[in-house]
Amino acid sequence: MSSEHATEPSSRIPSLLRRVDPAVATAFGIIIVLLLVGSLYSSNFLSPEYLLQQLKVASFLGVIATGMFIVILLGQIDLSVPWVVATGGMMSAAATAYGHAGEALAIPFGLACGVALGFVNGIGIAYLRIPSMIITLATNAVAQGLMVVHTGGFSPQDSASSAMRFIATGETLFGLPNALIVWALVGGGAVFLLSRTVFGRYVYAIGNRERAAYLSGVGTQRVVMFAFALSGGLSAFGGILLAGYASKAAQAMGDAYLLPSIAAVVLGGTSILGGRGSYLGTVAGVILITLLQSILSVMQMPEAGRQIIYGVVIAAMLLLYGREKLQR
Amino acid sequence: MTDWRYKLAEHRGTLVALAVFLILFIIYGSNHPAGFTANVVNTAANKGVLLALVAMAQTLVVITAGIDLSVGMIFVLTNCLASAIVVGSPLTTALGVLGVLAAGILCGAINGLIVIFGRLQPIVTTIATGAVYFGIALWLRPQPAGNDAFNSGLADAFTGKLPGGVPASLIALLAVVLIIWVPFRRSAVGRDAYAVGSAEVAAYMSGVSIRRAKFVAYTLAGLLASIGGLFLTFITYSGEASLASGGNYTLFSIASVVLGGVSLFGGVGSAVGAIFGAFIFRTVGDLLFVFNLDPLYQPLFQGVVLFVAVCLGSVRLFQVRNRLDLFG
Repeated sequence: MSSEHATEPSSRIPSLLRRVDPAVATAFGIIIVLLLVGSLYSSNFLSPEYLLQQLKVASFLGVIATGMFIVILLGQIDLSVPWVVATGGMMSAAATAYGHAGEALAIPFGLACGVALGFVNGIGIAYLRIPSMIITLATNAVAQGLMVVHTGGFSPQDSASSAMRFIATGETLFGLPNALIVWALVGGGAVFLLSRTVFGRYVYAIGNRERAAYLSGVGTQRVVMFAFALSGGLSAFGGILLAGYASKAAQAMGDAYLLPSIAAVVLGGTSILGGRGSYLGTVAGVILITLLQSILSVMQMPEAGRQIIYGVVIAAMLLLYGREKLQR
Repeated sequence: MTDWRYKLAEHRGTLVALAVFLILFIIYGSNHPAGFTANVVNTAANKGVLLALVAMAQTLVVITAGIDLSVGMIFVLTNCLASAIVVGSPLTTALGVLGVLAAGILCGAINGLIVIFGRLQPIVTTIATGAVYFGIALWLRPQPAGNDAFNSGLADAFTGKLPGGVPASLIALLAVVLIIWVPFRRSAVGRDAYAVGSAEVAAYMSGVSIRRAKFVAYTLAGLLASIGGLFLTFITYSGEASLASGGNYTLFSIASVVLGGVSLFGGVGSAVGAIFGAFIFRTVGDLLFVFNLDPLYQPLFQGVVLFVAVCLGSVRLFQVRNRLDLFG
């Protein structure tokens, strides 16, 4: 599927072109096509304001998809995204109520809650050997239960702190949205982690074959556990950003992010079986999905048509380049 | 080892699920404020049968080592369709029922064809097709609505009580098991589906028609989900395209399958086990009401029970003699 597996690459193809993953190239190509189609519809589509606004909206999905990307590289999946996102947003909003200290610690507290839920996932998967699809589902249900009790029993504060609003909606240098800068920092950190650290190499190794990685002396269980903790933290961080963007946290705020985050990672050419994929592809997938949603809503397509087109586009793109090798 | 030991080992998951369900249901029934009456049983049966049908659908796909994240959406789509076309005279009603079942079969067949010939992973395929099915449901029923000519006589016949207080829904479920599951399990195709789920390459080498086995499994899953959708319409008389309901039924079906002793790795388990898994899941949810606890705690309680149940599955780790067996 990816270029790494091409046998005897022809020497006539320039080395730069050979290194480009066809999946990532296709995803970026489709982004350009989407923009062109959009610009036929309205000239606003190519304006810097619109593009920056799209990137700002994309950055929430981008932060969440970063965690999903790492987990999928391991060959696992994190279905606890919806309520970990909600937990992150709601807990940091709730912490805001406790004076200056609460205001200052709101974001770290929300993150810590997400990391804690991620650790629960990670321990279940790495040490108890429960399939990730099941344990993350269970964690999701527990997080939902906790948040329902929290909301109904304690009637907590749900409005975001000023710091949360600042990182989600503010602008700093050159009019760049802060949310986009945050995504760039998170993404840069992820790329560094995956390509320049031992941890990152281990993630790819485990995704290819955990057994082989274990026999090579890798503490695979610890790596898996920390990867899930990281994913939980990033989901919660996405929730904090979303709460800041909407200036309040709500229970169902994470529901719309599970499937798009998986779709973004897979559309970017990352194998759902793990071990193969680049963060650049995930970036392309996130932008693609955000643009698609935006164009469909600008065209005032009813929700029904939006869902249908959304599904057809994902299926069609995957059929284009996401197919597995024929088993023979 | 004698024959009955093999049989016992094969059905252990189903028997454990049955035992757990009976214990829970006796606790539930004996503490119910209205007493252990036929009405209490009938209400519980109607709710349980809905989830049981969707869980059976999920089982068929899971046996082939796949996963169907679109079952909930097929369930919602056929619910909306049934609310529109199961109307009028006995003849038109019969045609309507056939139309609903055909729609389910079609949805399942599309999933199967994409997985088989598109060679996409089941999880991403069904995410995409699920969005399409939900879009169609939303197009049919933008708002929750029913049809004045809805054949409520038929609906009441399926959701009421038979003479002697036996819930009609349980008899209908038994009929579905006898007409769809038992023949499938005993046929060559059913055996092939188990073989594919246990070891696809070995099944291929033994000349098993992998494509036929998978196609039948996905198609029957669509059919079972549509029976569930039809049944929901019998209960509510109306159709509602609810994203939350579709997503919940998908997640609950996975939980039921796991509680019913079906392995998500494929090749192990039975749809009958999944039925008891679904009943367990429903009874756990209702158990709180009979103990007069705050309904606020229901999601948390359900989540914690699910969590503990999936963690109990890891007792098998104590049987592992070689640490290498931990890594599949």
